[in-house]
Amino acid sequence: MPQLGSFSLLVGLALSVYAFGAGLLAIFWDDDRLGETARRAGIGIFWAVTSASAVLVWAAFHNDFSLAYILHHSNRALPGAYKFAALWSGQEGSLLFWCWLLACYGLILRLRYKVDTRLVAHASVVISAVQIFFLLLVNVPAHPFAMTPGAIPADGNGLNPLLQYPEMVIHPPMLYLGYVGMTVPFCFALAALIMRYPGEKWIHITRRWTMVGWLFLTCGIFLGSYWAYRVLGWGGWWGWDPVENASLLPWLTGTAFLHSVMMQEKRGMMKVWNMWLIFSTFLLSIFGTFLTRSGVVSSVHAFAESNIGPYFVIFLAIIFSACVFFFVKNRSHLESEHKLESLVSRESSFLFNNVLLLVAAFAVLWGTLFPVLSEWVTGHKVTVGPPFFNKVNIPIALFLLLLTAVGPLLAWRKTSAESLRRNFLVPGIISLLSGVALVAMGVRPWEDVSYFYSTVTIMLSVLVASTVVSEFVRGGLVIARHNQGNPWQGNIFYGMYILTRRNMRRYGGYVVHFGVIVTMIGFAGVAFYQNTEKELGFGDKLEIGHYTLVCRSYSQDDQPNYSSERAILDIYRGGKQIDTMYPEQRFYKASGQPATMVANRSTMLEDLYLVYTGKNPENGHPIIKAHLNPLVWWIWSGAHFILVGTLIALIPNLQSKKKKTAREAAIEAAVPVAAGGD
Amino acid sequence: MSSRMGSQMTATVTPLRRIAARWGILLMLASALLLMGASGDTTGQRFDRLGHNLMCTCGCSQILLECNHVGCAVSEQMRKELKDALASGQSDDVILAGFVTKYGPTVLSAPTTTGFNRVAWIMPVVIFLAAIGGLVWVVRVWQRRSRAQLATATPVGTGAGDEELNEFRRRAREETEL
Repeated sequence: MPQLGSFSLLVGLALSVYAFGAGLLAIFWDDDRLGETARRAGIGIFWAVTSASAVLVWAAFHNDFSLAYILHHSNRALPGAYKFAALWSGQEGSLLFWCWLLACYGLILRLRYKVDTRLVAHASVVISAVQIFFLLLVNVPAHPFAMTPGAIPADGNGLNPLLQYPEMVIHPPMLYLGYVGMTVPFCFALAALIMRYPGEKWIHITRRWTMVGWLFLTCGIFLGSYWAYRVLGWGGWWGWDPVENASLLPWLTGTAFLHSVMMQEKRGMMKVWNMWLIFSTFLLSIFGTFLTRSGVVSSVHAFAESNIGPYFVIFLAIIFSACVFFFVKNRSHLESEHKLESLVSRESSFLFNNVLLLVAAFAVLWGTLFPVLSEWVTGHKVTVGPPFFNKVNIPIALFLLLLTAVGPLLAWRKTSAESLRRNFLVPGIISLLSGVALVAMGVRPWEDVSYFYSTVTIMLSVLVASTVVSEFVRGGLVIARHNQGNPWQGNIFYGMYILTRRNMRRYGGYVVHFGVIVTMIGFAGVAFYQNTEKELGFGDKLEIGHYTLVCRSYSQDDQPNYSSERAILDIYRGGKQIDTMYPEQRFYKASGQPATMVANRSTMLEDLYLVYTGKNPENGHPIIKAHLNPLVWWIWSGAHFILVGTLIALIPNLQSKKKKTAREAAIEAAVPVAAGGD
Repeated sequence: MSSRMGSQMTATVTPLRRIAARWGILLMLASALLLMGASGDTTGQRFDRLGHNLMCTCGCSQILLECNHVGCAVSEQMRKELKDALASGQSDDVILAGFVTKYGPTVLSAPTTTGFNRVAWIMPVVIFLAAIGGLVWVVRVWQRRSRAQLATATPVGTGAGDEELNEFRRRAREETEL
């Protein structure tokens, strides 16, 4: 079987080379038949890589330790789901998984070639070039089917305990779907630039694919964050680790693109900017992968150091050169049709939003690479950790939050002071009142900078929520008034539904914004966290916030894959028992590594988060670390809104029953609308 | 015509400037309040703050107080040293300097504000200011060009096509006015 895997990978590489070469020649010679063979070769890549991936999974399930990869990332007692996850747990397997996802995206792209045959033919050549690179990696420096040297051990080394969690089975595929997904918009954008694509269809295709990639990336980032919170046991969800930062970079530029693309679609502006945003998003996806896998920066959860770094550097250089070359060659094709007319306009707010997102991306990249730069310049390495990233990025995030409130309510082209007053007076007052309420509740923003940031975050979040709700309500009321007299359709809720269905992208976007502010409120809670640590014998108490923890017992257990120790703690609040929690520590037998199993009691207000940090060797009493993390529930809830909002934005609009005449449609397209739109 | 446009624009811009000025004053007041209100903290808070300014040196690349390695002897020892230093009444700077002397500069969780490390802090601010300044400049240039184009544009006739166009404009505004 391993030979079949190796052979499939070789076939995949050969097919990708053919798809690239034949596709290129077909474009030059305008040969449709040759182009069709290139397209079919592209589809063949999917089958070749799928069979290679299936062989690796088969080997994991059959405990084939003759494969070095299976030996190092699996063992006999490993549960089935984690054996499957072994596919993406190590360097070689995860690169094969990357190839497979890329092949899936390539398959969809090539099957949907009728969307625009010439554009897809160009995009197919670009994606083939990317496929050549990744298939080269898994065929040469990171071969997943390398054999175990010498005698084959009876059992494997097992999967890293930190990866043996359900979240870890979903998190990497989501993140990879996001990273790899950014390849498709890049291919379409570069293809459109190469062929000087007439019209704006390419930007619609690129936007939709970017939204798909962005959706998965967002999902992956939040799942990773949830995993860090529930598994790593340090009580936080974001550590500004280089690997986390690597995922944030394409997310930030992708977010910027999803905003600025509206200016191109609505007003034919920012074409150069958008082209480079989509190039940057793809390049940063690859750069992030390079950071994670090359050992350039040290990280808690980077892959083991390997020799694939130079391959990535060369690939990045080639891709960047190709982007620059075709941009210089065809830049006249990207001239704007309109110019900005006012600082107080929707376009202007998008520009500021983009600038802030890019400054945030720069700050994250700068902080991530500064240790390398410092060592290069001064000879001394420094650490750039959370204090740096928080100080730099929190003010930027607050400005962005302000723009999230203001931007959607500004009109295209120009907004009058009267319109500003009408749209923001009530939300502004509500926001100020929320600040007053926080002070009345005992928050003292002048006592500490973290309290100040939290207060401002909550006030701005209330401002955004008010503007979003007022948009829905006002639109819903207008439609309800139109339908007055109809018992089913003459109410505000039906009005809001129709409003959303008529412009899914706009109102889906509002749901995403709502999710962002819910998440931000969760972030604001970090200023008020508490923690304490104590050794607990039978009946001993630990107090944190308004909770009292009483140690009822502690026990040990033995399972085929691990042995464990745990404490049984009764939780009291106001003298009344409300729960029992079981913080645990496991010792995985195959790898010999320990891992924590956090006990967490989550409510809307706060999480009671308990970690079994060890035991006193003299008396065997467990040592428990308790964290009280306010508002964490809001972070995960906000993530749900963001994902639902993105899905809404991906659904096509409800079409008007009355068909427009060609002239009406042409005139409508030419009329710059004063308000509304996306 | 252009002078009338100019006066309309001034009328629009002035209230906006007033609003911006009010927000600016509010922001300055808030910052002043924040600076005035900054006060000293308790030993527990100092331990928490300084513990987050230090890294665990066991190789885990984690903040000292967040090192989650089961039974990590290094972080335990470092936390004890921090508690002892706080108990002896040393200032924050002296405590951090002591840790740097013992464990090297990588023990600090963020770059200092001395020497080449200053570049780490300055660059994001420079980029931020340059980006915002550049953007405002670009927008103003575009605005000026748009106004110039408007001023030199040939007046549009009032044929049947324009009436139709104006009617669609009116309808579009009406239908999107929420």
